[in-house]
Amino acid sequence: MRRRPYFLIFALIFGYAFFYVPIASMIFFSFNKSRLATVWGGFSTEWYGKLLTNQQVLDAAWLSLRIAFVSATIATILGTMAGMALARFSRFRGRTLFSGLVSAPLVMPEVITGISLVLFFIALNGMIGWPTRGFTTITLAHITFSLSYVTVVVQSRLASMDRSVEEAAMDLGSKPLRVLFDVTLPIIAPAIIAGWLLSFTLSLDDVVITAFTNGPGSTTLPLYIFSKVRLGVTPDLNALATIIVVLVGSGVAIAGLIMQRAEKRRERDVQMAIAANK
Amino acid sequence: MAALAPATTTTQGQESHLPKAHGLRQWLDREAWRQAIIAIPYLWLLIFFIAPFFIVLAISTGTAQLGLPPVIWKETFPYGTSDNYLFLTQDAIYWQGYLNSLKLAAISTFFALLIGYPMALGIARASGAWRNVLLLLVILPFWTSFLLRVYAWIGLLGNTSWFNRGLTSIINTFFPFWAGGGDHIQMMNTNFAVVLGIVYSYLPFMILPLYATLEKLDRTLDEAAMDLGSKPWQVFRDITLPLSIPGMIAGAMLVFIPATGEYVIPSLMGRGDSPMIGRVLADEFFQNRDWPVASAVAVALLAVLVIPIMIYNFFQAREARRAAT
Repeated sequence: MRRRPYFLIFALIFGYAFFYVPIASMIFFSFNKSRLATVWGGFSTEWYGKLLTNQQVLDAAWLSLRIAFVSATIATILGTMAGMALARFSRFRGRTLFSGLVSAPLVMPEVITGISLVLFFIALNGMIGWPTRGFTTITLAHITFSLSYVTVVVQSRLASMDRSVEEAAMDLGSKPLRVLFDVTLPIIAPAIIAGWLLSFTLSLDDVVITAFTNGPGSTTLPLYIFSKVRLGVTPDLNALATIIVVLVGSGVAIAGLIMQRAEKRRERDVQMAIAANK
Repeated sequence: MAALAPATTTTQGQESHLPKAHGLRQWLDREAWRQAIIAIPYLWLLIFFIAPFFIVLAISTGTAQLGLPPVIWKETFPYGTSDNYLFLTQDAIYWQGYLNSLKLAAISTFFALLIGYPMALGIARASGAWRNVLLLLVILPFWTSFLLRVYAWIGLLGNTSWFNRGLTSIINTFFPFWAGGGDHIQMMNTNFAVVLGIVYSYLPFMILPLYATLEKLDRTLDEAAMDLGSKPWQVFRDITLPLSIPGMIAGAMLVFIPATGEYVIPSLMGRGDSPMIGRVLADEFFQNRDWPVASAVAVALLAVLVIPIMIYNFFQAREARRAAT
């Protein structure tokens, strides 16, 4: 009955081209034989080989992965708690401040968070001799900004969850902790996993806050890349970028599909259970 | 800080279902984990998010010195000096930095809205399966590295790239009066590149809240208006657009506020002679090692952004309340 929304279709095509053409071009030129990164000189995979023997890159990548793993795990635990507090406990003292505190890191410019954290860590170190700048301070900083993202994801999932399942378990005599671990957490598990993945990639990606909070000898992969990009576009950097984009991109796409499938199966199960009991 | 610790929460509706037989011990148990769930993340944010701002405030009233740390502040706080703030008003680089940042962030927000709104609408109007795919395609670049996506654009904008040369020849062919026949257009290290970088990096932050709002809209309103004889653009102007204002505000704030303090994009793609304030701050901290002035720049930037941040939090809180009920 309605005319095809040609304008919207055009906007979508333009938008997705805007998103993906630069990435595609970068991947294409990572197979360039020429030393000049933007002039095509034939097909070659030599830059990938050079990358695998570059100890600096490997060290930086390993450090980044360790920081991302630790900070994502702690941020997920804290963020799940915060999301639960906001979605389930409607009244507690300081709730307004808490909800403001949780969403503020989402919008706070990174330079402000970065400088305030590093000055705080230095002052704290002066007072109690902890933490030393490096792995610890980077991780603490990453937990702090990732926490907000996990909270938002978990909170919205809890808000859209059917609470009658929890109430049914309570009515049947389950203790609150049992309900939490056997009912609530399994239902919001996709959101918790998504939150962990999000924190992990945010940590792997962060330049500014890491630049402020790192210490001598703790160069993460983004810091390494940042210092290289300043010198210009090079084929080995194209190769490194391609590896990261392809790994992360396919990982997320697969995780997304698996979660979507699990979600569908769970919904079907619930529906069958309801139908069977009628 | 003690005053901010969460109180024992009042009982909620769901607990009235519990039989009395569970007794005092269970009740205490429940209160204990409930308090822990609130207190632990709360304390974390108070320590690692709020306390640092007070340190910055304290250091911004201190005096720089040669040595480690390069600042004297403990003795003077809270009766420190306001010299650092006065200094900000005297040197043109600071207030030009603030103005430049606000200008570029505003332009970027405008273009992000211009590109993001029709995309969000297109996704919201797409059919089920398509919608998930389109959404995943918006989220995917957001998960892959931000730095590398900026880097990808640097490759395209460079004077010798296929994109730059192609664009130049198109312009030379169709709009010869513009380009003046050169073999490339200077795009890198311009404000254009900074705006493009910001729009590109923050576009998902614009699309996602807009999509969330547009997707929830009641389409029967559109149909009613159509039945009453409205043209599609009238339906859009009078129904869709006004109802999507909360999403537009959330998206605009998520782009505008971080963009104002942006550091990576202007230092990689921007002009050296008119830096954005985030870069001024970082240079003050890392290169000049003037911590008090860098802190004062941060405090002033936060002061500039406090109103937009409050607007964002206000709409967030309202949205959360609506979702909870």
